Amino acid sequence: MDVTNIEIKTKNAECKPAENKGSSVQIKVLFFSRARDLTGLTELPLELSSGSTTQDCLNKLVARFPSLEEILGSMVLALNEEYTNESVIVQDKDELALIPPISGG
Amino acid sequence: METNGGGGGSAADVSRILSELETLKTAKNDIECRISALEAQLRDLTTTTTKKDIEDKNDTVSNGSCPLISAVHSNINHDLSPDSVYRYSRHLLLPSFGVQGQSNLVKSSILVIGAGGLGSPALLYLAACGVGRLGIVDHDVVELNNMHRQVIHTEAYIGQPKVKSAAATCRSINSTIQIVEYQEALRTSNALEILSRYDVVVDATDNAPSRYMISDCCVVLGKPLVSGAALGLEGQLAVYNYNGGPCYRCLFPTPPPTSACQRCSDSGVLGVVPGIIGCLQALEAIKIAGAVGEPLSGRMLLFDALSARIRIVKIRGRSSQCEVCGENSAFTQQQFKNFDYEKFTQAPLSTLPVKLNLLPEDSRISSKEYKEKIDNGESHVLVDVRPAHHFKIVSLPNSINIPLASLEVGLPEISKALKEEDNSGSGASLYVVCRRGNDSQRAVQCLQKMGFDSAKDIIGGLESWGHDVDPNFPTY
Repeated sequence: MDVTNIEIKTKNAECKPAENKGSSVQIKVLFFSRARDLTGLTELPLELSSGSTTQDCLNKLVARFPSLEEILGSMVLALNEEYTNESVIVQDKDELALIPPISGG
Repeated sequence: METNGGGGGSAADVSRILSELETLKTAKNDIECRISALEAQLRDLTTTTTKKDIEDKNDTVSNGSCPLISAVHSNINHDLSPDSVYRYSRHLLLPSFGVQGQSNLVKSSILVIGAGGLGSPALLYLAACGVGRLGIVDHDVVELNNMHRQVIHTEAYIGQPKVKSAAATCRSINSTIQIVEYQEALRTSNALEILSRYDVVVDATDNAPSRYMISDCCVVLGKPLVSGAALGLEGQLAVYNYNGGPCYRCLFPTPPPTSACQRCSDSGVLGVVPGIIGCLQALEAIKIAGAVGEPLSGRMLLFDALSARIRIVKIRGRSSQCEVCGENSAFTQQQFKNFDYEKFTQAPLSTLPVKLNLLPEDSRISSKEYKEKIDNGESHVLVDVRPAHHFKIVSLPNSINIPLASLEVGLPEISKALKEEDNSGSGASLYVVCRRGNDSQRAVQCLQKMGFDSAKDIIGGLESWGHDVDPNFPTY
């Protein structure tokens, strides 16, 4: 849990000086179930150059958390609580959710 | 007679009270028997009398305090019995559910697959609400470590089939519905036959292959599926294959890798989390069977217990490319029967833990052998490679905890411990233990590569220690 907090803070610090406002967007990534285990996070602010797609977001996430690779092929990707695909362009303040299936019961 | 008498005569008082209690209890029992006999007599009379008789009786017996009776008096244009009207009166009073919803429910049939954490609350509510026929599938037996979440079972049923236990509870809640027990594992060989007898299917299972199998079977048979899942502190809920909506495969065409599939028996689960999802499953099933409201189709509910958040995400519609429900799919009943779901998901349909066998025999010792080594005073180091929160539950004396994930970081600690233990100068032995004996083998493989050639694992882990050496050792 401590690790989680540190990670969010450092990421916040990284993201805050969004100098070139026009050329970058900041989104919020939400992690669910297995994605939470793999990243140790429930959410993460992510800065991307404007015009980036959801696929670009995923690439950036996998670069940072290589273990996320294992669930990329089997999860629901939702942008602002709606199903999305990899080629959609993200806007500033968008929420991107990574939702792998749970099978327990 | 002394009232608040101090010491004297207490034995006589006790005997007097006991005797009076006995008399009262006997009298109470007689009264209860008479009440029950009269009630039965009344039931017989009301079921054999005609509608006219009931109306007459109502005129004399009722003084207008019960609204049900005035309904009978005016007209009955539904097929709910007087007892049903009374039992389900709170449903009937709901304008958006009412007589129509309840009549639909009474005529419907719902199958619940799995009588565990999700199935328990789902079955309790489905039995209580008056579903006409309720099927229960499960092959497991009730265990003590189920009790914290599988609230349909009682301690008296530990060791007995879950289906039997769940059915008994359902019957005790509602004796007027039909309960069908399937004390068997759901497989491609029996799924079509079982599911085809029901209007709505509730997936309350705990593994990936079952989820794909049940979804495919529902597509093939055209049945709506209420799917729930829970693990740790999270839950998911969706209605599949409903009215042209997507199926489970439309969302997850590729099964997650085995490493991503976790079980409650490994990862843990907060009991109330499947409880909440199971209740929501009952709700969705009741809505579909009662033909009221808007089922959670094309949407997925995500429940996060820790942050107290429920999110509902719009999910994709039916995929035209779906291999099972898509436009060009020719997934037939025969193909379903031949489909290997365990191979497809790389996971077993049963929840039995896998037993790996990665090491040669001379790199392993049994828990009994390890006990002998302790008794003989052999100098050794025992490394427990379970995660730290497992180690906190219980551990063997003098073991050091180095979780498998951080084994490499812990190598210096192991070397140091071995040096300290080496009394004779001939070197201390190195043993590795985990919960069930799988991770310990992985750890020994790793240790041997790092130069700890003599590392051995304890076969079957702490579970076998509890089983073969110390029956008082807590298992979990």
